[in-house]
Amino acid sequence: MARPFLELKNVSKRFGPNEVLRDVNLSVSEGEFVAIVGYSGSGKTTLVNLIAGLLTPDSGQVLLNGTGIAGPGPDRGVVFQNYSLLPWLTVAENIALAVDRVNPNWPAARRREHVAKNIALVNLSAAAGKRPAELSGGMKQRVAVARALAMDPKILLLDEPLSALDALTRATLQDEIERLRGESGKTILLITNDVDEGILLADRIIPLSAGPGATLGPAVAVEISRPRDRKLLNTQTDYHAIRREVLGYLLGPGGRRAVKVSRLLVLPEIEPDDLDSKFPGTPRPLRAREVHREEMNIGL
Amino acid sequence: MSAYAELSRITKIFPTPKGPAVIVRDFDLRIARSEFVSLIGHSGCGKSTVLSMVAGLSSLSGGGMILAGRELTGPGPDRGVVFQSPCLLPWLTAYENVALGVKQVFRSASALERRQIIEYYLTVVGLGDAMHQKPAQLSQGMRQRVGIARAFALSPKMLLLDEPFGMLDSITRFELQEVLMKLWKRKAITALMVTHDVDEALFLSDRIVMMTNGPAAEVGDILEVKFPRPRVRADVLAHPDYRRLREHLMNFLEVRAHRPDPVVAVAPTPAPQPHEEREKIAA
Repeated sequence: MARPFLELKNVSKRFGPNEVLRDVNLSVSEGEFVAIVGYSGSGKTTLVNLIAGLLTPDSGQVLLNGTGIAGPGPDRGVVFQNYSLLPWLTVAENIALAVDRVNPNWPAARRREHVAKNIALVNLSAAAGKRPAELSGGMKQRVAVARALAMDPKILLLDEPLSALDALTRATLQDEIERLRGESGKTILLITNDVDEGILLADRIIPLSAGPGATLGPAVAVEISRPRDRKLLNTQTDYHAIRREVLGYLLGPGGRRAVKVSRLLVLPEIEPDDLDSKFPGTPRPLRAREVHREEMNIGL
Repeated sequence: MSAYAELSRITKIFPTPKGPAVIVRDFDLRIARSEFVSLIGHSGCGKSTVLSMVAGLSSLSGGGMILAGRELTGPGPDRGVVFQSPCLLPWLTAYENVALGVKQVFRSASALERRQIIEYYLTVVGLGDAMHQKPAQLSQGMRQRVGIARAFALSPKMLLLDEPFGMLDSITRFELQEVLMKLWKRKAITALMVTHDVDEALFLSDRIVMMTNGPAAEVGDILEVKFPRPRVRADVLAHPDYRRLREHLMNFLEVRAHRPDPVVAVAPTPAPQPHEEREKIAA
Protein backbone atom coordinates (compact mmCIF):
# COMPACT_ATOMS: atom_id res chain seq x y z
CA MET A 1 0.00 0.00 0.00
CA ALA A 2 1.20 3.48 -0.85
CA ARG A 3 2.29 6.02 1.73
CA PRO A 4 -0.80 7.41 3.44
CA PHE A 5 -2.00 10.61 1.83
CA LEU A 6 -4.30 11.65 4.62
CA GLU A 7 -3.50 10.44 8.07
CA LEU A 8 -5.19 10.91 11.43
CA LYS A 9 -3.22 9.82 14.46
CA ASN A 10 -5.02 9.37 17.78
CA VAL A 11 -7.22 12.37 17.16
CA SER A 12 -9.55 13.34 20.01
CA LYS A 13 -11.95 16.22 20.26
CA ARG A 14 -14.24 17.42 23.01
CA PHE A 15 -16.58 20.34 23.27
CA GLY A 16 -16.67 21.40 26.90
CA PRO A 17 -17.67 18.38 28.93
CA ASN A 18 -18.76 16.39 25.89
CA GLU A 19 -16.22 14.07 24.39
CA VAL A 20 -17.08 13.75 20.71
CA LEU A 21 -14.21 11.82 19.15
CA ARG A 22 -11.75 9.57 20.94
CA ASP A 23 -8.53 8.19 19.47
CA VAL A 24 -9.52 8.30 15.84
CA ASN A 25 -6.94 6.68 13.58
CA LEU A 26 -7.37 6.81 9.85
CA SER A 27 -5.12 6.58 6.88
CA VAL A 28 -6.24 7.14 3.32
CA SER A 29 -3.92 6.57 0.38
CA GLU A 30 -3.85 8.71 -2.73
CA GLY A 31 -6.70 8.12 -5.15
CA GLU A 32 -8.62 6.05 -2.64
CA PHE A 33 -12.34 6.43 -1.98
CA VAL A 34 -13.14 5.89 1.68
CA ALA A 35 -16.65 5.97 3.13
CA ILE A 36 -17.25 6.55 6.83
CA VAL A 37 -20.62 5.29 7.97
CA GLY A 38 -22.07 6.25 11.32
CA TYR A 39 -25.07 7.26 13.37
CA SER A 40 -26.40 10.78 13.23
CA GLY A 41 -24.96 12.81 16.04
CA SER A 42 -21.94 10.54 16.40
CA GLY A 43 -19.39 13.16 15.40
CA LYS A 44 -19.09 12.60 11.65
CA THR A 45 -19.22 16.30 10.87
CA THR A 46 -16.69 17.05 13.60
CA LEU A 47 -14.37 14.59 11.88
CA VAL A 48 -14.79 16.37 8.55
CA ASN A 49 -14.24 19.76 10.18
CA LEU A 50 -11.02 18.50 11.75
CA ILE A 51 -9.70 17.34 8.38
CA ALA A 52 -10.92 20.51 6.68
CA GLY A 53 -9.05 22.55 9.25
CA LEU A 54 -12.17 24.25 10.55
CA LEU A 55 -11.50 22.71 13.95
CA THR A 56 -8.27 21.75 15.67
CA PRO A 57 -7.96 18.47 17.56
CA ASP A 58 -7.46 18.52 21.34
CA SER A 59 -4.85 15.82 20.97
CA GLY A 60 -3.41 13.81 18.09
CA GLN A 61 -2.43 14.88 14.60
CA VAL A 62 -4.09 15.39 11.25
CA LEU A 63 -1.52 14.99 8.45
CA LEU A 64 -1.97 15.64 4.76
CA ASN A 65 0.92 14.38 2.67
CA GLY A 66 3.00 14.06 5.82
CA THR A 67 2.56 17.65 7.01
CA GLY A 68 0.22 18.84 9.73
CA ILE A 69 -2.91 20.76 8.87
CA ALA A 70 -2.81 24.33 10.13
CA GLY A 71 -6.19 25.58 8.93
CA PRO A 72 -8.58 25.41 6.04
CA GLY A 73 -7.06 25.42 2.57
CA PRO A 74 -7.87 24.90 -1.08
CA ASP A 75 -6.14 21.50 -1.06
CA ARG A 76 -9.23 20.12 0.69
CA GLY A 77 -12.57 20.71 -0.98
CA VAL A 78 -15.58 20.28 1.29
CA VAL A 79 -19.16 19.56 0.26
CA PHE A 80 -21.57 20.16 3.12
CA GLN A 81 -24.93 18.52 3.71
CA ASN A 82 -26.73 21.89 3.64
CA TYR A 83 -24.97 23.04 0.42
CA SER A 84 -23.68 26.29 2.00
CA LEU A 85 -24.14 28.42 -1.11
CA LEU A 86 -24.40 32.20 -0.97
CA PRO A 87 -28.05 32.90 -1.77
CA TRP A 88 -27.46 36.31 -3.37
CA LEU A 89 -24.99 34.97 -5.93
CA THR A 90 -25.74 32.99 -9.06
CA VAL A 91 -24.38 29.50 -9.64
CA ALA A 92 -21.47 30.87 -11.68
CA GLU A 93 -20.72 33.57 -9.13
CA ASN A 94 -20.73 31.10 -6.27
CA ILE A 95 -18.13 29.02 -8.05
CA ALA A 96 -16.19 32.06 -9.25
CA LEU A 97 -15.80 33.09 -5.64
CA ALA A 98 -13.74 29.98 -4.99
CA VAL A 99 -11.84 30.15 -8.28
CA ASP A 100 -10.91 33.83 -7.91
CA ARG A 101 -9.69 33.27 -4.41
CA VAL A 102 -7.58 30.24 -5.20
CA ASN A 103 -6.14 31.43 -8.52
CA PRO A 104 -5.86 35.23 -8.22
CA ASN A 105 -2.98 35.30 -10.73
CA TRP A 106 -4.95 33.78 -13.59
CA PRO A 107 -6.24 36.20 -16.26
CA ALA A 108 -9.96 36.86 -15.91
CA ALA A 109 -10.80 34.98 -19.11
CA ARG A 110 -9.08 31.85 -17.88
CA ARG A 111 -10.88 32.03 -14.56
CA ARG A 112 -14.23 32.43 -16.33
CA GLU A 113 -13.45 29.49 -18.54
CA HIS A 114 -12.49 27.41 -15.53
CA VAL A 115 -15.80 28.22 -13.83
CA ALA A 116 -17.75 27.27 -16.96
CA LYS A 117 -15.82 24.03 -17.30
CA ASN A 118 -16.66 22.99 -13.75
CA ILE A 119 -20.31 23.89 -14.15
CA ALA A 120 -20.42 21.73 -17.25
CA LEU A 121 -18.76 18.92 -15.31
CA VAL A 122 -21.83 18.61 -13.08
CA ASN A 123 -24.27 19.18 -15.96
CA LEU A 124 -25.53 22.55 -14.79
CA SER A 125 -24.57 24.79 -17.72
CA ALA A 126 -28.20 25.64 -18.35
CA ALA A 127 -28.61 26.92 -14.80
CA ALA A 128 -25.38 28.90 -14.52
CA GLY A 129 -27.21 32.22 -14.18
CA LYS A 130 -29.69 31.06 -11.56
CA ARG A 131 -29.63 31.78 -7.86
CA PRO A 132 -29.74 28.96 -5.27
CA ALA A 133 -33.38 29.64 -4.39
CA GLU A 134 -34.33 28.78 -7.96
CA LEU A 135 -32.63 25.37 -7.79
CA SER A 136 -33.76 22.01 -6.44
CA GLY A 137 -31.86 20.36 -3.62
CA GLY A 138 -30.08 18.03 -6.01
CA MET A 139 -29.00 20.93 -8.22
CA LYS A 140 -27.75 22.92 -5.25
CA GLN A 141 -25.65 19.98 -4.21
CA ARG A 142 -24.20 19.78 -7.72
CA VAL A 143 -23.17 23.43 -7.41
CA ALA A 144 -21.46 22.66 -4.12
CA VAL A 145 -19.62 19.75 -5.75
CA ALA A 146 -18.57 21.93 -8.71
CA ARG A 147 -17.34 24.62 -6.34
CA ALA A 148 -15.24 22.11 -4.43
CA LEU A 149 -13.82 20.60 -7.63
CA ALA A 150 -13.05 24.03 -9.13
CA MET A 151 -10.37 24.56 -6.50
CA ASP A 152 -8.70 21.43 -7.80
CA PRO A 153 -8.32 20.05 -4.28
CA LYS A 154 -6.07 17.11 -3.45
CA ILE A 155 -8.87 15.52 -1.49
CA LEU A 156 -12.62 15.87 -1.65
CA LEU A 157 -14.48 15.74 1.67
CA LEU A 158 -18.13 14.90 1.20
CA ASP A 159 -20.08 15.41 4.42
CA GLU A 160 -23.39 13.57 4.00
CA PRO A 161 -23.89 15.29 0.66
CA LEU A 162 -26.97 13.27 -0.26
CA SER A 163 -28.76 12.84 3.07
CA ALA A 164 -31.20 15.68 2.49
CA LEU A 165 -32.24 14.46 -0.95
CA ASP A 166 -35.01 12.11 -2.00
CA ALA A 167 -34.16 8.57 -3.05
CA LEU A 168 -34.35 9.20 -6.78
CA THR A 169 -32.14 12.30 -6.77
CA ARG A 170 -29.79 10.51 -4.43
CA ALA A 171 -29.34 7.69 -6.90
CA THR A 172 -28.64 10.15 -9.74
CA LEU A 173 -26.05 12.02 -7.71
CA GLN A 174 -24.43 8.77 -6.57
CA ASP A 175 -23.88 7.94 -10.22
CA GLU A 176 -22.50 11.44 -10.71
CA ILE A 177 -20.04 11.05 -7.84
CA GLU A 178 -18.91 7.73 -9.26
CA ARG A 179 -18.36 9.34 -12.66
CA LEU A 180 -16.37 12.23 -11.16
CA ARG A 181 -14.25 9.79 -9.20
CA GLY A 182 -13.51 7.88 -12.37
CA GLU A 183 -12.69 10.99 -14.36
CA SER A 184 -10.65 12.92 -11.80
CA GLY A 185 -9.12 10.03 -9.84
CA LYS A 186 -9.24 12.21 -6.75
CA THR A 187 -8.92 11.01 -3.19
CA ILE A 188 -12.40 11.14 -1.73
CA LEU A 189 -13.67 10.83 1.82
CA LEU A 190 -17.41 10.34 1.98
CA ILE A 191 -19.34 10.65 5.21
CA THR A 192 -22.71 8.94 5.10
CA ASN A 193 -25.28 7.10 7.16
CA ASP A 194 -26.21 4.75 4.36
CA VAL A 195 -24.26 1.52 4.19
CA ASP A 196 -25.52 0.76 0.69
CA GLU A 197 -24.25 4.12 -0.55
CA GLY A 198 -20.83 3.27 0.84
CA ILE A 199 -20.80 -0.13 -0.84
CA LEU A 200 -21.85 1.39 -4.14
CA LEU A 201 -19.15 4.06 -4.20
CA ALA A 202 -16.22 3.35 -1.92
CA ASP A 203 -13.06 1.26 -1.96
CA ARG A 204 -13.20 0.94 1.78
CA ILE A 205 -15.93 1.41 4.39
CA ILE A 206 -15.12 2.35 7.95
CA PRO A 207 -17.88 2.39 10.57
CA LEU A 208 -17.88 5.17 13.16
CA SER A 209 -19.27 4.06 16.50
CA ALA A 210 -21.96 6.06 18.25
CA GLY A 211 -20.87 8.88 20.54
CA PRO A 212 -19.96 10.12 23.03
CA GLY A 213 -16.33 9.30 22.48
CA ALA A 214 -16.93 7.95 18.98
CA THR A 215 -14.13 6.12 17.27
CA LEU A 216 -13.58 4.31 13.99
CA GLY A 217 -14.23 0.59 13.82
CA PRO A 218 -12.55 -2.02 11.64
CA ALA A 219 -12.36 -1.06 7.97
CA VAL A 220 -14.09 -3.27 5.43
CA ALA A 221 -12.64 -3.40 1.92
CA VAL A 222 -15.15 -3.30 -0.93
CA GLU A 223 -13.66 -5.43 -3.65
CA ILE A 224 -16.53 -5.33 -6.09
CA SER A 225 -15.46 -4.43 -9.60
CA ARG A 226 -16.51 -1.06 -11.01
CA PRO A 227 -18.72 0.20 -12.43
CA ARG A 228 -21.08 -1.15 -9.81
CA ASP A 229 -24.68 -1.62 -10.74
CA ARG A 230 -27.14 -0.80 -7.98
CA LYS A 231 -29.53 -3.44 -9.22
CA LEU A 232 -26.98 -6.18 -9.59
CA LEU A 233 -25.36 -5.63 -6.20
CA ASN A 234 -27.98 -7.78 -4.55
CA THR A 235 -26.83 -10.80 -6.52
CA GLN A 236 -23.26 -10.43 -5.33
CA THR A 237 -22.06 -12.47 -2.38
CA ASP A 238 -19.54 -9.79 -1.41
CA TYR A 239 -22.27 -7.23 -1.11
CA HIS A 240 -24.13 -9.19 1.52
CA ALA A 241 -20.96 -10.05 3.40
CA ILE A 242 -19.87 -6.39 3.54
CA ARG A 243 -23.31 -5.28 4.56
CA ARG A 244 -23.41 -7.82 7.37
CA GLU A 245 -19.98 -6.82 8.59
CA VAL A 246 -20.59 -3.07 8.66
CA LEU A 247 -24.09 -3.33 10.10
CA GLY A 248 -22.91 -5.99 12.52
CA TYR A 249 -20.38 -3.56 13.94
CA LEU A 250 -22.71 -0.56 14.01
CA LEU A 251 -25.64 -2.41 15.55
CA GLY A 252 -23.46 -4.58 17.77
CA PRO A 253 -21.89 -3.82 21.14
CA GLY A 254 -18.85 -2.11 19.59
CA GLY A 255 -20.79 0.43 17.58
CA ARG A 256 -23.52 1.39 19.93
CA ARG A 257 -23.57 3.50 23.04
CA ALA A 258 -22.89 0.86 25.60
CA VAL A 259 -25.24 2.16 28.25
CA LYS A 260 -26.79 -0.68 30.10
CA VAL A 261 -29.16 0.19 32.88
CA SER A 262 -31.52 -2.17 34.56
CA ARG A 263 -34.79 -0.93 35.88
CA LEU A 264 -37.55 -2.58 37.77
CA LEU A 265 -40.73 -2.07 35.80
CA VAL A 266 -44.26 -3.19 36.42
CA LEU A 267 -46.65 -3.89 33.60
CA PRO A 268 -50.16 -4.41 34.95
CA GLU A 269 -51.80 -7.38 33.29
CA ILE A 270 -55.00 -5.58 32.49
CA GLU A 271 -57.10 -5.28 29.39
CA PRO A 272 -58.23 -1.99 27.90
CA ASP A 273 -61.82 -0.98 28.66
CA ASP A 274 -64.36 -1.59 25.96
CA LEU A 275 -65.31 1.93 25.00
CA ASP A 276 -68.22 0.72 22.88
CA SER A 277 -69.73 -1.18 25.76
CA LYS A 278 -73.32 -0.38 26.66
CA PHE A 279 -72.36 -0.55 30.32
CA PRO A 280 -69.62 2.01 30.79
CA GLY A 281 -67.70 2.59 33.95
CA THR A 282 -66.82 -0.93 35.05
CA PRO A 283 -65.59 -0.70 38.61
CA ARG A 284 -62.24 -2.24 37.77
CA PRO A 285 -60.28 -3.24 34.66
CA LEU A 286 -60.37 -6.82 33.48
CA ARG A 287 -57.27 -8.89 34.09
CA ALA A 288 -55.76 -10.47 31.03
CA ARG A 289 -56.24 -13.89 32.65
CA GLU A 290 -59.96 -13.37 33.10
CA VAL A 291 -60.61 -12.83 29.43
CA HIS A 292 -61.47 -15.91 27.42
CA ARG A 293 -62.30 -16.12 23.81
CA GLU A 294 -64.72 -18.90 23.00
CA GLU A 295 -65.88 -19.96 19.62
CA MET A 296 -69.15 -21.85 19.29
CA ASN A 297 -71.63 -22.82 16.68
CA ILE A 298 -75.02 -21.25 16.99
CA GLY A 299 -78.16 -22.97 15.72
CA LEU A 300 -78.21 -26.10 13.56
CA MET B 1 -57.91 -21.47 11.89
CA SER B 2 -60.13 -18.53 11.21
CA ALA B 3 -58.71 -15.15 10.39
CA TYR B 4 -58.30 -12.68 13.23
CA ALA B 5 -58.51 -9.72 10.91
CA GLU B 6 -60.29 -9.96 7.63
CA LEU B 7 -60.44 -7.41 4.86
CA SER B 8 -63.04 -8.45 2.37
CA ARG B 9 -63.20 -6.86 -1.05
CA ILE B 10 -62.42 -3.43 0.29
CA THR B 11 -62.59 -0.75 -2.35
CA LYS B 12 -61.78 2.92 -2.44
CA ILE B 13 -63.14 5.17 -5.13
CA PHE B 14 -62.62 8.94 -5.19
CA PRO B 15 -64.96 11.05 -7.29
CA THR B 16 -63.08 13.34 -9.67
CA PRO B 17 -64.28 15.76 -12.34
CA LYS B 18 -63.26 13.16 -14.92
CA GLY B 19 -65.34 10.47 -13.25
CA PRO B 20 -64.67 8.11 -10.37
CA ALA B 21 -61.01 7.16 -9.78
CA VAL B 22 -60.55 3.67 -8.43
CA ILE B 23 -57.62 3.66 -6.01
CA VAL B 24 -58.09 0.23 -4.47
CA ARG B 25 -60.35 -2.41 -5.93
CA ASP B 26 -61.64 -5.54 -4.18
CA PHE B 27 -58.67 -5.87 -1.89
CA ASP B 28 -58.78 -9.12 0.09
CA LEU B 29 -56.55 -10.01 3.00
CA ARG B 30 -56.88 -12.39 5.89
CA ILE B 31 -54.50 -12.02 8.78
CA ALA B 32 -54.07 -14.64 11.48
CA ARG B 33 -53.74 -13.72 15.13
CA SER B 34 -50.23 -12.53 16.02
CA GLU B 35 -49.24 -12.44 12.40
CA PHE B 36 -47.11 -9.60 11.05
CA VAL B 37 -48.06 -8.69 7.49
CA SER B 38 -46.41 -6.05 5.33
CA LEU B 39 -47.76 -4.31 2.28
CA ILE B 40 -44.99 -3.34 -0.08
CA GLY B 41 -45.25 -1.31 -3.25
CA HIS B 42 -44.26 1.96 -4.85
CA SER B 43 -45.54 5.25 -3.51
CA GLY B 44 -48.96 6.00 -4.88
CA CYS B 45 -49.94 2.36 -5.30
CA GLY B 46 -52.70 2.67 -2.71
CA LYS B 47 -51.06 0.76 0.11
CA SER B 48 -51.43 3.67 2.52
CA THR B 49 -55.05 3.99 1.48
CA VAL B 50 -55.63 0.38 2.49
CA LEU B 51 -54.02 1.07 5.85
CA SER B 52 -56.00 4.20 6.55
CA MET B 53 -59.20 2.35 5.68
CA VAL B 54 -58.31 -0.33 8.23
CA ALA B 55 -57.50 2.41 10.73
CA GLY B 56 -60.95 3.85 10.09
CA LEU B 57 -59.50 7.18 9.01
CA SER B 58 -60.78 6.76 5.48
CA SER B 59 -64.22 5.43 4.64
CA LEU B 60 -64.80 2.39 2.49
CA SER B 61 -66.43 2.71 -0.91
CA GLY B 62 -67.16 -1.00 -0.86
CA GLY B 63 -66.38 -4.17 1.04
CA GLY B 64 -66.05 -4.74 4.77
CA MET B 65 -63.59 -5.40 7.53
CA ILE B 66 -63.71 -7.57 10.62
CA LEU B 67 -61.29 -7.51 13.53
CA ALA B 68 -61.56 -10.06 16.34
CA GLY B 69 -65.14 -10.88 15.46
CA ARG B 70 -66.33 -7.28 15.21
CA GLU B 71 -67.00 -5.22 12.16
CA LEU B 72 -64.85 -2.13 11.85
CA THR B 73 -66.78 1.01 11.06
CA GLY B 74 -64.57 3.86 12.22
CA PRO B 75 -61.40 4.63 14.11
CA GLY B 76 -61.01 3.10 17.55
CA PRO B 77 -58.50 2.28 20.26
CA ASP B 78 -58.54 -1.40 19.28
CA ARG B 79 -56.13 -0.40 16.49
CA GLY B 80 -52.91 1.37 17.37
CA VAL B 81 -51.44 3.41 14.55
CA VAL B 82 -47.80 4.40 14.10
CA PHE B 83 -47.58 7.16 11.50
CA GLN B 84 -44.65 8.07 9.30
CA SER B 85 -44.14 11.25 11.26
CA PRO B 86 -44.96 10.53 14.87
CA CYS B 87 -47.64 13.24 15.12
CA LEU B 88 -46.95 14.11 18.76
CA LEU B 89 -48.58 17.08 20.41
CA PRO B 90 -45.70 19.54 20.74
CA TRP B 91 -46.90 21.15 23.97
CA LEU B 92 -47.01 17.82 25.81
CA THR B 93 -44.08 15.77 27.07
CA ALA B 94 -43.43 12.28 25.74
CA TYR B 95 -45.09 10.90 28.88
CA GLU B 96 -48.15 13.10 28.46
CA ASN B 97 -48.45 12.21 24.80
CA VAL B 98 -48.64 8.52 25.67
CA ALA B 99 -50.88 9.23 28.68
CA LEU B 100 -53.48 10.87 26.46
CA GLY B 101 -54.59 7.56 24.95
CA VAL B 102 -53.91 5.44 28.02
CA LYS B 103 -56.28 7.61 30.07
CA GLN B 104 -59.07 6.96 27.59
CA VAL B 105 -58.55 3.25 27.23
CA PHE B 106 -57.69 2.31 30.80
CA ARG B 107 -60.40 4.40 32.39
CA SER B 108 -61.31 1.93 35.06
CA ALA B 109 -57.70 1.25 36.00
CA SER B 110 -56.10 3.09 38.89
CA ALA B 111 -53.85 6.09 38.33
CA LEU B 112 -50.92 3.96 39.50
CA GLU B 113 -51.64 1.23 36.96
CA ARG B 114 -51.85 3.80 34.19
CA ARG B 115 -48.55 5.29 35.23
CA GLN B 116 -46.97 1.86 35.30
CA ILE B 117 -48.18 1.14 31.79
CA ILE B 118 -46.89 4.44 30.39
CA GLU B 119 -43.53 4.15 32.12
CA TYR B 120 -43.14 0.55 31.07
CA TYR B 121 -43.54 1.19 27.36
CA LEU B 122 -41.53 4.40 27.27
CA THR B 123 -38.68 2.68 29.10
CA VAL B 124 -38.71 -0.37 26.87
CA VAL B 125 -38.42 1.78 23.74
CA GLY B 126 -35.36 3.42 25.29
CA LEU B 127 -36.79 6.66 26.62
CA GLY B 128 -36.47 5.91 30.32
CA ASP B 129 -34.50 9.09 30.90
CA ALA B 130 -36.25 11.29 28.38
CA MET B 131 -39.91 10.65 29.04
CA HIS B 132 -40.53 14.07 30.51
CA GLN B 133 -39.09 15.96 27.56
CA LYS B 134 -41.12 17.65 24.89
CA PRO B 135 -40.93 16.54 21.26
CA ALA B 136 -38.80 19.56 20.29
CA GLN B 137 -36.08 18.35 22.64
CA LEU B 138 -36.05 14.87 21.11
CA SER B 139 -34.36 13.71 17.92
CA GLN B 140 -36.52 12.41 15.13
CA GLY B 141 -35.63 8.82 16.01
CA MET B 142 -36.59 9.39 19.64
CA ARG B 143 -39.90 10.96 18.61
CA GLN B 144 -40.70 7.90 16.57
CA ARG B 145 -39.93 5.77 19.63
CA VAL B 146 -42.62 7.73 21.47
CA GLY B 147 -44.96 6.97 18.58
CA ILE B 148 -44.26 3.25 18.95
CA ALA B 149 -44.71 3.34 22.73
CA ARG B 150 -47.97 5.23 22.32
CA ALA B 151 -49.38 2.58 20.00
CA PHE B 152 -48.33 -0.37 22.16
CA ALA B 153 -49.47 1.23 25.41
CA LEU B 154 -53.11 1.02 24.29
CA SER B 155 -52.83 -2.80 24.14
CA PRO B 156 -54.54 -2.69 20.76
CA LYS B 157 -55.88 -5.78 19.04
CA MET B 158 -54.05 -4.73 15.93
CA LEU B 159 -51.09 -2.56 15.13
CA LEU B 160 -51.07 -0.45 11.98
CA LEU B 161 -47.76 0.97 10.82
CA ASP B 162 -47.65 3.43 7.94
CA GLU B 163 -44.03 3.59 6.70
CA PRO B 164 -43.06 3.97 10.34
CA PHE B 165 -39.36 4.55 9.71
CA GLY B 166 -39.53 6.17 6.28
CA MET B 167 -38.30 9.55 7.47
CA LEU B 168 -35.29 8.26 9.37
CA ASP B 169 -31.74 7.74 8.17
CA SER B 170 -30.82 4.18 7.35
CA ILE B 171 -28.97 3.32 10.55
CA THR B 172 -31.58 4.81 12.86
CA ARG B 173 -34.10 2.85 10.84
CA PHE B 174 -32.30 -0.41 11.58
CA GLU B 175 -32.11 0.57 15.22
CA LEU B 176 -35.82 1.28 15.52
CA GLN B 177 -36.77 -1.90 13.71
CA GLU B 178 -35.03 -3.70 16.55
CA VAL B 179 -36.88 -1.65 19.14
CA LEU B 180 -40.11 -2.66 17.44
CA MET B 181 -39.08 -6.33 17.36
CA LYS B 182 -38.16 -6.20 21.04
CA LEU B 183 -41.66 -5.06 21.95
CA TRP B 184 -43.13 -7.49 19.50
CA LYS B 185 -41.30 -10.36 21.17
CA ARG B 186 -43.05 -9.54 24.44
CA LYS B 187 -46.46 -9.00 22.97
CA ALA B 188 -47.14 -10.33 19.51
CA ILE B 189 -49.86 -7.99 18.39
CA THR B 190 -51.36 -8.68 14.99
CA ALA B 191 -49.81 -6.12 12.69
CA LEU B 192 -50.21 -4.62 9.26
CA MET B 193 -47.34 -2.47 8.03
CA VAL B 194 -46.94 -0.41 4.91
CA THR B 195 -43.40 0.04 3.66
CA HIS B 196 -41.27 0.32 0.58
CA ASP B 197 -38.11 -0.81 2.31
CA VAL B 198 -37.28 -4.37 1.29
CA ASP B 199 -34.96 -5.06 4.25
CA GLU B 200 -37.51 -3.72 6.69
CA ALA B 201 -40.26 -5.93 5.33
CA LEU B 202 -38.04 -9.01 5.44
CA PHE B 203 -36.81 -8.42 8.97
CA LEU B 204 -40.22 -7.80 10.50
CA SER B 205 -42.84 -9.73 8.57
CA ASP B 206 -44.30 -13.20 8.48
CA ARG B 207 -45.86 -12.45 5.15
CA ILE B 208 -45.26 -9.73 2.57
CA VAL B 209 -48.04 -8.68 0.24
CA MET B 210 -46.71 -7.03 -2.89
CA MET B 211 -48.99 -4.49 -4.51
CA THR B 212 -48.96 -3.47 -8.13
CA ASN B 213 -48.89 0.21 -9.01
CA GLY B 214 -52.14 2.09 -8.89
CA PRO B 215 -54.61 3.21 -9.93
CA ALA B 216 -56.82 0.27 -8.98
CA ALA B 217 -54.00 -1.45 -7.11
CA GLU B 218 -54.26 -5.12 -6.43
CA VAL B 219 -52.25 -7.89 -4.86
CA GLY B 220 -49.43 -8.83 -7.18
CA ASP B 221 -47.76 -11.54 -5.19
CA ILE B 222 -47.47 -12.86 -1.66
CA LEU B 223 -44.21 -13.88 -0.05
CA GLU B 224 -43.95 -16.02 3.08
CA VAL B 225 -41.04 -15.11 5.32
CA LYS B 226 -40.13 -17.99 7.55
CA PHE B 227 -37.09 -16.78 9.42
CA PRO B 228 -37.24 -18.16 12.98
CA ARG B 229 -38.45 -15.82 15.70
CA PRO B 230 -37.30 -14.05 17.79
CA ARG B 231 -35.23 -12.56 15.03
CA VAL B 232 -31.73 -11.23 15.39
CA ARG B 233 -30.49 -8.95 12.64
CA ALA B 234 -27.22 -10.75 12.03
CA ASP B 235 -28.96 -14.14 11.77
CA VAL B 236 -31.59 -12.82 9.40
CA LEU B 237 -28.97 -11.23 7.16
CA ALA B 238 -26.97 -14.46 7.17
CA HIS B 239 -29.99 -16.70 6.55
CA PRO B 240 -29.58 -18.74 3.36
CA ASP B 241 -33.00 -17.63 2.10
CA TYR B 242 -32.41 -13.93 2.68
CA ARG B 243 -30.79 -13.18 -0.62
CA ARG B 244 -33.36 -15.07 -2.62
CA LEU B 245 -36.30 -13.40 -0.90
CA ARG B 246 -34.70 -9.97 -1.22
CA GLU B 247 -34.09 -10.55 -4.87
CA HIS B 248 -37.67 -11.65 -5.35
CA LEU B 249 -38.99 -8.48 -3.74
CA MET B 250 -36.60 -6.16 -5.54
CA ASN B 251 -37.38 -7.81 -8.80
CA PHE B 252 -41.06 -7.31 -8.19
CA LEU B 253 -40.57 -3.64 -7.39
CA GLU B 254 -38.28 -3.14 -10.39
CA VAL B 255 -40.32 -4.93 -12.97
CA ARG B 256 -43.66 -6.32 -12.08
CA ALA B 257 -45.02 -3.51 -9.95
CA HIS B 258 -44.99 -1.30 -13.01
CA ARG B 259 -47.69 -2.13 -15.44
CA PRO B 260 -46.21 -2.67 -18.84
CA ASP B 261 -48.65 -0.31 -20.46
CA PRO B 262 -50.25 2.63 -18.65
CA VAL B 263 -53.39 2.13 -20.76
CA VAL B 264 -54.09 -1.00 -18.76
CA ALA B 265 -54.91 1.18 -15.78
CA VAL B 266 -57.88 2.64 -17.61
CA ALA B 267 -59.13 -0.64 -19.02
CA PRO B 268 -61.11 -2.91 -16.70
CA THR B 269 -58.73 -4.64 -14.35
CA PRO B 270 -58.31 -8.38 -14.76
CA ALA B 271 -60.17 -10.53 -12.25
CA PRO B 272 -58.33 -10.88 -8.95
CA GLN B 273 -56.89 -14.27 -8.18
CA PRO B 274 -59.48 -16.68 -6.76
CA HIS B 275 -60.30 -16.10 -3.11
CA GLU B 276 -59.85 -19.72 -2.10
CA GLU B 277 -56.27 -19.64 -3.12
CA ARG B 278 -55.42 -16.62 -1.03
CA GLU B 279 -57.33 -17.97 1.93
CA LYS B 280 -55.22 -21.06 1.84
CA ILE B 281 -52.14 -18.93 2.18
CA ALA B 282 -53.64 -17.02 5.04
CA ALA B 283 -54.62 -20.15 6.93
